[in-house]
Amino acid sequence: MKLLHELTIKEIHAGYLKKEFTCVELVQHLLNRIEKYDSKLNIFLALNPRALTEAARIDEIIAKEGISKPLLGIPMAVKDNFLTPGMPTTASSNILRGYLPQYQSTVIGKLLEAGAIMLGKANMDSFAHGSSTETSDFGASLNPWSKDRLPGGSSGGPAAAVAAQFVPVAMGTETAGSIRQPSAWCGTVGFKPTYGRVSRYGIIAMGSSLDSPGPIARCVEDCALVTEVIAGRDERDATTTSLDVEKYSAMLGRKDLKGIKIGLVKEYLLSAMSPEVKQLILDAASKMRELGATVEEVSLMDPKYAIGVYTVIQRSEVSSNLARYDGIRFGHNRDAFCQETKRRIMLGTYTLSAGYYDAFYKKAQAVRTKIVNEFQKVFSQYDAVIGAVSPGPAQKVGATKNQPMFGEMEDILVEPSSIAGLTSIGIPCGFVDGLPIGLQITCDQLNETKVFEIASVFTKHTFHQLFPDLDKTL
Amino acid sequence: MKITPLIGLEVHVELETKSKMFCSCSANHFSTSPNTQTCPVCLGLPGALPVPNQKAIESCIQIGLALNCSVNELSKFDRKQYFYPDLPKGYQISQYDQPFCSDGCVTLDSGKVIGVERVHQEEDTGKLQHTTINGQKVTLVDYNRSGVPLVEIVSRPDMSSAIEAKEYLKKVHEIIKTIGVSSADMEKGQMRLEPTINVCIENETGIHYTPLVEVKNINSFNFAAQAIEFEIKRQIEEFEKTGIEKSASNKTTRGYDSVKKITFLQRTKEEAKDYRYFPEPDIPPFIIAKDLVEKLRSDLPLLPDQMIKKLIELGIEERFAKLLWSNESAIAVIFDHRSNPKIDLNKLASFIVNAKIDIGKDVTSQYQKLTKVGNTNREELQLVVKKIIDANPGVVSEYQKGKTNVAGFFVGQAMKETKGQADPKTLNEIVIDLLRIV
Repeated sequence: MKLLHELTIKEIHAGYLKKEFTCVELVQHLLNRIEKYDSKLNIFLALNPRALTEAARIDEIIAKEGISKPLLGIPMAVKDNFLTPGMPTTASSNILRGYLPQYQSTVIGKLLEAGAIMLGKANMDSFAHGSSTETSDFGASLNPWSKDRLPGGSSGGPAAAVAAQFVPVAMGTETAGSIRQPSAWCGTVGFKPTYGRVSRYGIIAMGSSLDSPGPIARCVEDCALVTEVIAGRDERDATTTSLDVEKYSAMLGRKDLKGIKIGLVKEYLLSAMSPEVKQLILDAASKMRELGATVEEVSLMDPKYAIGVYTVIQRSEVSSNLARYDGIRFGHNRDAFCQETKRRIMLGTYTLSAGYYDAFYKKAQAVRTKIVNEFQKVFSQYDAVIGAVSPGPAQKVGATKNQPMFGEMEDILVEPSSIAGLTSIGIPCGFVDGLPIGLQITCDQLNETKVFEIASVFTKHTFHQLFPDLDKTL
Repeated sequence: MKITPLIGLEVHVELETKSKMFCSCSANHFSTSPNTQTCPVCLGLPGALPVPNQKAIESCIQIGLALNCSVNELSKFDRKQYFYPDLPKGYQISQYDQPFCSDGCVTLDSGKVIGVERVHQEEDTGKLQHTTINGQKVTLVDYNRSGVPLVEIVSRPDMSSAIEAKEYLKKVHEIIKTIGVSSADMEKGQMRLEPTINVCIENETGIHYTPLVEVKNINSFNFAAQAIEFEIKRQIEEFEKTGIEKSASNKTTRGYDSVKKITFLQRTKEEAKDYRYFPEPDIPPFIIAKDLVEKLRSDLPLLPDQMIKKLIELGIEERFAKLLWSNESAIAVIFDHRSNPKIDLNKLASFIVNAKIDIGKDVTSQYQKLTKVGNTNREELQLVVKKIIDANPGVVSEYQKGKTNVAGFFVGQAMKETKGQADPKTLNEIVIDLLRIV
């Protein structure tokens, strides 16, 4: 029989209904686990002091109504850039140390409305600037698979929280790879919705034209369920689309991949990639063929161009978005920004300056359009494209030292899809040196259902969703 | 030597929409206690996002249409970045290269056409209050005004005197008030003026342009005119002294001291800000449908110039039309009597202007009283009088005996007979004439 911390959403709900355990017992069990291991992993920046009280209230609801809401009694961890009244929200930056938000983000509101319990706020790269959690002003988190390794980032805390089995599901945000890359490094499932599918209201902005909130979970089905709760038009976010949200979790009945056309992106099999990682991606392609899909090699623009485009656009937006932390409000001076954040503000200020705007920002937007068009061409023939999430497994602690472009190099394979605002998932597809490797499945804008369908069939027929034994790895 | 001042004007108008430009807080910030009309959006809190106010955009477009602009089918917001404590986000959401409206004009009474380069939408800032608390000098920020919709109207440098500038401003002011999007109350700061001035000097050595000067934040037409006059004089003198001409880098910003009636230097181009404009990523671009533009155009009331023209077409003298166009009830009275053949609209207008008619009461009877002219048809009246003379030989003989005041008897009888329609003067003459020849 599975232990309490190993359960998926469906299994937790079944347990509640069969009265195998209560919500209070589950939450207490997870809090004990966090208590036991998090001093080593450094995942939680703040715990919800009301978690057990809320669990008790939810037990009453379950007794009265059964599982009346989609996420009733589901404990969650949330990246520290979601505004959560009652818990400090810092985006892992000293400039917001101790900041108690005055209002709640739309996503958190929807999750609470659906019955979820927030266990706490998870570590991240400071202002989401990074792919390792090493830029966090509160110290890096560790990868539950190995205490020498980083969890990736910027949603490193949420991914590590799921991998460490502190929570069944966590909320992250992705600007370019920040959900998929830590999910790959931690062996979890991370889902990036289409830009505009999930509201950004009440999430501390990073790159406003790219930011996409999404779930990290143990399985595709749980990601689908959480996404259908948080997606949809928000009248407080003008960039959200008003298209109806499909019931993703109910559309996962597909048994095989017959009729599905998949493009294996040639350029994403980088020469610098280790042969083992490459082999895992080719194995995944074979597995998909075996399951009935047509898999063909396709060609897209060399992803190195995406790095330039992304760097300019994201830095420009960062320099503007962080102007409000001017030292007058929020209690801390601007010297509280970390080195990486200062570097991004400087670069973004430069690329928007008179005389440089055309050469940098404008040109980057032009190439962005080219990338969008390229994807569109591919999606006119293919349902999805696949590739590795990251060139290799989780890097060692300290790897970002003196590497100002660390994040961009690690995220090279996920940046093109982010720039194009596409939807994508990162799922485990094997191990290299005992560390998980992630496969990305990317579909056209607003084609979330297709991503979930393909990922669900693949994961049902593969067995890479494993979890570390913390007593051995830490 | 020939001297031609070149004057352009930037006018900011605060719209009187219900809610602010990008959030649902009330936009009416006058005499409200500080920081009572704020929310995460207009306070620039982390994670807050702007959602554009449709009504404000429609008002902006209506201003543009009223100023004869074309409405751009594709438009967007941009971030204008600068640091100031009254600007909580560190940037103002404005419009840079794709304003809602461009290329309009205002025609002065002389017939001279002043170009309007653009009409765009932006948001107002908070307000700083410099005060003393417990003996300490402090600066407080009130964010009630933060995010109130603001429309900026930029003219071309087509005006060549303070008088023309003032007329342009008055016309713009009247237009805004007429379309009802703002009271444009200068004292409340709902309309703020910023003239840009330089002078073209043609002399024996050629044509010279003096450096551009922008005068910031003026809140009265007279101050604007005074500042312009002062600047023209100052720039000519300065040029005669230094010979410095306009260049790409020597534009300066000055303030206006309305007590000393002088402008003073605020900053030079070297200190000028680089606003680092870029497209606002939180608001998708707009495609303004032609249908919407036409609907907004048809919703516009008659504008001042159109109203004056219309009154003139109705036969009203220009001098009355110019006094009456903004008086809604007077216009209504005039229009109500358009098809009344007994009323001369110009005469009616003159009575209204000269306050001879109370437009709150029955206008027709007042008009008739003022214009009463009786029946002057001599033949008709002679017949009436003749009948009365014939019927009253006794009174006639009294008249003949020298009692001339009995003539009044005949006039009175005739008036009675004609039910008061006879013109008293004509009637009098006829009675006297007939009595003489009896």
